[in-house]
Amino acid sequence: MDFLLHGFFQAFHLLWTGDPETYSAIWTTVLVSTMSMAASLLIGIPLGFSLGINDFKGKKILRTLVDTLLSFPTVVIGLLVYAFLSRQGPLGDFGILFTLPGVAVGQTILGLPIIIALTATAVETLDKRLKPTLTTLGATPRQMLFTTILEARHSLMLAAMAAYGRIVSEVGISMMVGGNIKWHTRTITTAIALETGKGEFSVGIALGIVLMVVALGVNMCVSGLRKRAR
Amino acid sequence: MEEALKKLLYAIAALTLMLGTPAYAAKTMILATTTSTANTGLLDELIVPQFAKDTGIEIKFIAVGTGKALKMAENCDVDAVLVHAPAAEQKYVDAGVLIDRTQLMYNDFVIIGPASDPARIKGKKVVEAMKTIAAAKSVFTSRGDNSGTNKKEISLWNVSGMAVPDKEQWYVQTGQNMISTINIAAEKGGYTMTDRGTYIKYEANHKGNAPLKILVEGEKVLFNQYSALAVNPEKCPSVKYDLATRFIKWMASPKTQEAIGKFKLLGKVLFTPNATQ
Repeated sequence: MDFLLHGFFQAFHLLWTGDPETYSAIWTTVLVSTMSMAASLLIGIPLGFSLGINDFKGKKILRTLVDTLLSFPTVVIGLLVYAFLSRQGPLGDFGILFTLPGVAVGQTILGLPIIIALTATAVETLDKRLKPTLTTLGATPRQMLFTTILEARHSLMLAAMAAYGRIVSEVGISMMVGGNIKWHTRTITTAIALETGKGEFSVGIALGIVLMVVALGVNMCVSGLRKRAR
Repeated sequence: MEEALKKLLYAIAALTLMLGTPAYAAKTMILATTTSTANTGLLDELIVPQFAKDTGIEIKFIAVGTGKALKMAENCDVDAVLVHAPAAEQKYVDAGVLIDRTQLMYNDFVIIGPASDPARIKGKKVVEAMKTIAAAKSVFTSRGDNSGTNKKEISLWNVSGMAVPDKEQWYVQTGQNMISTINIAAEKGGYTMTDRGTYIKYEANHKGNAPLKILVEGEKVLFNQYSALAVNPEKCPSVKYDLATRFIKWMASPKTQEAIGKFKLLGKVLFTPNATQ
């Protein structure tokens, strides 16, 4: 039990003393989650937009499929990505197994269904008069995309935060594809898994708190953006 | 607003590309190793820094069970392995997947259990102890994960003339690493088999006063040999065979062997060097 309290104080100690392993894990986490979020948003928002704004045969089926992918377990994603990125696999020659870009590929697969599904919903629940209004104003498809994103920005920010939460807290993909290599692919979550596996429970708690501090920082930035966007 | 958004997107894309490009490392090699070697701190505290100092090569090691390490070698995803399952290693050597097998160091396996020793196995011979535990239906935790330790434990059941008690209620297959398995045994007041190195680390975690104590030790059948093997470049053209060879030779060199023998926790030696000169 005392490892809980000990861990709480250790969190601040690790951050304050600039513990190199902790800061390496923080930097690695920030780096890989930024890559994954950027890719998820850049690919997911346009896809979610087209899924939401258009009406086509099979839209319901496609939507159901995307929603089902929201339940894709991270260990399975990790396993699939490993299979593809392994030297024996089709993408082996890129040599990105056990590197952060490899992990980012997996985490993007994790985040995409969230972004697509929530963007589609956000777009669908916008005022129905938006699309015809833009059309009468002579909007190009690109302008249509950007203006709709602007109108739905609050819902999209929430979608981004939901995807971020899922990405930054996952272990399955980072472990399998990253390999938890010290100084290179050891994220905060894989470090927690390692330390608790070594029996160092208070370090595990401490790193968990560190992760929440990082997440708090990110959310504060987004909240600042939200204010400006009003 | 649209311009600002576009600029932001381009900036993120540029940043991602920049940061995502694999950095050109001086010289690095990937080593797959066992969780028991990694969790003792031998790699982090001694091997990796010293090897970097002596040769300028950085070892990126991935700690998984022996079964997985050997499989990763077969997939050409690593350059060398450091494992402790001689029978499994031999299979891969015979198949030509791994080469240059070099014995490096040993310790032994021990059977641990609660100080109260409800099944009364203390001081018994391994075979008798296993039979006693099975007869008493005492909780026994197993790695259950195809690791080197797991393979040894299974061989002990076989040597005692029993099948692995797979479906028994008292046989707890954790599927996790050694420390977690020991912790589960401690929670349930049961027994388990571990390598001495991890046990000493476990003891150190508890500041010398661990709930589980060594009850059975010292027989030849509990001998635990660690070896390094290189991935065959003929089977895997992309592996860094030259770096792997340097690693293995360095591990077997007198200076490194001496340093391994001096690596201690709680004043106890974890691995005894035994590379044949």
